[in-house]
Amino acid sequence: MTLDLALFLILALVAVATALGMLFSKNAVYSALFLVLNFVTVAVFYLLLGAPFIAMAQITVYAGAIMVLFLFVIMLLGAERLPATNVLPWQRPLAITLTVILAMESTYLLLSRARPSGSVLPPGAEVNTVDNLRAMAMTLFNNYLLPFEVTSVLLLVAMVGVIVLVRREKGQKS
Amino acid sequence: MIPVEYYIVLSAILFAIGVAGVLIRRNALIIFMSIELMLNAANLAVVAFSSVLKTFSGQVFVFFVIAVAAAEVAVGLALIVEIFKAKHSIDVDQMSSLKG
Repeated sequence: MTLDLALFLILALVAVATALGMLFSKNAVYSALFLVLNFVTVAVFYLLLGAPFIAMAQITVYAGAIMVLFLFVIMLLGAERLPATNVLPWQRPLAITLTVILAMESTYLLLSRARPSGSVLPPGAEVNTVDNLRAMAMTLFNNYLLPFEVTSVLLLVAMVGVIVLVRREKGQKS
Repeated sequence: MIPVEYYIVLSAILFAIGVAGVLIRRNALIIFMSIELMLNAANLAVVAFSSVLKTFSGQVFVFFVIAVAAAEVAVGLALIVEIFKAKHSIDVDQMSSLKG
């Protein structure tokens, strides 16, 4: 077993374990912290795949900004725990069964029909040069300039939308 | 040297865990986190293919997905805060005002 494969398997184990921890934690704060660890693990996968820029964006945007927002809202609402309700008793086993079927089917179809081939080589020294980042920037600003601009409009719309949502009307009691 | 299938299988497993989170949990915040997990699983598959095909398009797409996810989280959390103000709970079973 090569070092790369060992690294991949250990990281995959951490990723799946943290995802399951997120799923089964009773306390929402623990779930959020498990998810932070999961995002950092995925960022390390991006480094293994030779995408350092995406890895850093993942850590700053996901593990930094988004999860801080989540933790902020969890603590603001004080809704770490919900009383256990059991509206549909058969729903949970059914959901787990269907999810396992989904995982097996999607894996089977992806491997048998899509037939991805090739293997990921360990990133060489060229990943760490400025040329790598420059090439990605050329792709972004030449081929995908319109989506880039649309994304900026989308962020503006989200910002305005959030302000409208949480603003109180004048004279309205909270 | 890792076959790209390994990354795809891992991505499928993480996606399935996200689906399970949406189906099983009743806390709206955790459902939201599971959606983020699914987005991440898809991103992982895209970057893996991008790395195998030696193209930057996949990485650019992932960059867009991250931006859209940030916008989505801001709006979604604002909605959850509003729902909490109205109902004093973020249990999705309570959000049944339209139920006949």
